[in-house]
Amino acid sequence: MMSATRILEGLGRFYIGLLLAFLYLPIVIMGLMSFNASPFYQLPFEWTTKWYEDLSRNTQLLAATWNSLEIAVITTVISTLLGTAASLALFRYEFRGKKFLQALLFPPIAIPWLITGTAMLIFFFGIGIGRGLHAILLGHVALALPYVIVVVSARLQTFAPELEEAARSLGANQWQVTMRVTLPWIMPGVIAGALFAFAVSFDQFVVSYFLSTPGQATLPVEIYAAIRKGFTPEINAVSTIIIAVSMGLMLITARFFRFGGEK
Amino acid sequence: MADVQVESVSRSFGAHKALDDVSIAFPDGGFYALLGPSGSGKTTLLRLIAGFDFPDSGRIIIGREGVERVPVEKRRIGMVFQNYALFPNMSVADNVAFGLSVRGESKASIAREVRQALDLVQLGKLGERRPHQLSGGQRQRVALARAIVTKPRVLLLDEPLSALDKALRVDMQVELKRIQREIGITTIFVTHDQEEALTMSDRIGILRDGRLVEEGPPEDIYNSPKSEFSATFLGDANILRGDATGDGIRLSDGTAIVASGGVANATGGKASCAVRPERIKIATATASPLAAEGNMLRGRVSKRIFAGNSSTYFVDRMGEVIKVHVQNSGATKIEEGNDVVLHWSPESTVLISAA
Ligand SMILES: Nc1ncnc2c1ncn2[C@@H]1O[C@H](COP(=O)(O)OP(=O)(O)O)[C@@H](O)[C@H]1O
Ligand SMILES: [Mg+2]
Repeated sequence: MMSATRILEGLGRFYIGLLLAFLYLPIVIMGLMSFNASPFYQLPFEWTTKWYEDLSRNTQLLAATWNSLEIAVITTVISTLLGTAASLALFRYEFRGKKFLQALLFPPIAIPWLITGTAMLIFFFGIGIGRGLHAILLGHVALALPYVIVVVSARLQTFAPELEEAARSLGANQWQVTMRVTLPWIMPGVIAGALFAFAVSFDQFVVSYFLSTPGQATLPVEIYAAIRKGFTPEINAVSTIIIAVSMGLMLITARFFRFGGEK
Repeated sequence: MADVQVESVSRSFGAHKALDDVSIAFPDGGFYALLGPSGSGKTTLLRLIAGFDFPDSGRIIIGREGVERVPVEKRRIGMVFQNYALFPNMSVADNVAFGLSVRGESKASIAREVRQALDLVQLGKLGERRPHQLSGGQRQRVALARAIVTKPRVLLLDEPLSALDKALRVDMQVELKRIQREIGITTIFVTHDQEEALTMSDRIGILRDGRLVEEGPPEDIYNSPKSEFSATFLGDANILRGDATGDGIRLSDGTAIVASGGVANATGGKASCAVRPERIKIATATASPLAAEGNMLRGRVSKRIFAGNSSTYFVDRMGEVIKVHVQNSGATKIEEGNDVVLHWSPESTVLISAA
């Protein structure tokens, strides 16, 4: 018996190990290659920081990186604020067509981005918004909003409405109730929603590709364009930096907000 | 503190009349129990008084101020919820401080008042705890402290003890009553537990299907209920029905029952008499008759339930069951199946106009 469980445990560990390797090996290799002298991934490994130096002179890639970051941050702020407010409204008030409105939140998550992107392109042209960073930002906010609402609403389902009533009975106005009672409870959901929004925007290729113009592109679009011209390890370099930064952010967030726990 | 007047208040949800023309005066500093079966409109009424909801018609007056359109946060009331509704993200002290801090009081005075309130509910040492680290009874005390620390004009409690087990509930009843007396706050207490209403309150209002059926001090309602419903809902009662005779009723077999309490009734119609089971004396039919007490019925003991300090006899009389409570004073018990004589005085009989 004892040995059987041991074997199972061993298998389990092996499986998890395999899974992690599958997930992280490509990333680790990419990271290593960004420090390898050969532009064709040739071994033996030869340490260099040349690609990072090249990157620091590649204004187009850097500009795209800044665009991406800027758009992702603004998208996160706007869609988290709007999405949280919308979730609170859906939670607190009964109104006609509420169920319908809530049902309408899901299709945008399921519709392929290719189609959403095409639709946005046509629509933005039709009403004169056109293409460019402003159009990308609008598109990203629209894409991220349903994610935030779904995640925050899920968290609100665990909130007891009597807490708001108790707060009001103690003299708190709507704003005080929201800031001191409701928001602290749904904060993990808001943070998770914000991360989603950031990821949706920062990872976004398809919609950004449709809405970008030359010189006004985000990083994924620029990387795609660069690869089409010919691969350079600078792309490994910029990717490595981004992965390091975003993993760092994730770890910090996970450390300060216990997801799911503490009821 | 202030008294509360509810005048001709109605509230409907769709076609359902949850409250139908209810008028109650809640005296200043009194402990008033709203009693009624589930769905009778107790919570609806309490929420109207609190200001969570607004009446379709009628007036609600706290002190001298008509508040029926004032929202809850401006009414200066204190409310204790059935499930406590403590803020999980705050410590006990912060929960209690909440009402003071949203008013912008200074830190020092908040700290002092919170300490006083926690002392009052005997939780002085637990201020740093989180709500989830407390027992049910302790949470209840925190909820109470939080509700009264802001010195509200009226304290509203919606079945606050129903989540506690029996022993703790009795403790909390005593405790709640002590605190209420100490601060002298007008208190409206919703319960469906008649014993709780009887033991705790100065006045009771009985609600049924959204209407106030009866109102008054517990002893008055208990001793002379005005309806079959309140007679049976508040305490236990035997209901005898028959033709009205002016000072009582005549049962279908011709036996006259004389009542000296309750409504005077005209002859000719139908009426009922209510008799509390503990007011009836029981003796075996063969025993020498006790001094006649006015009303007498014969029957047979169909069941006897022993309950320690008392026994309940179920006496069958022509298909109807009459309940009799007897204190266990050491007298010989009467066996099931024995023929018995029941008698009681007219003073113990309450005449009720036909339901
Ligand atoms: N918000 C509401 N919407 C619809 N019906 C309600 C609402 N609140 C209460 N009711 C109905 O009103 C009646 C009285 O309810 P309530 O006051 O909660 O009774 P109680 O507290 O005495 O058990 C019930 O039939 C209940 O279903
Ligand atoms: Mg209720």
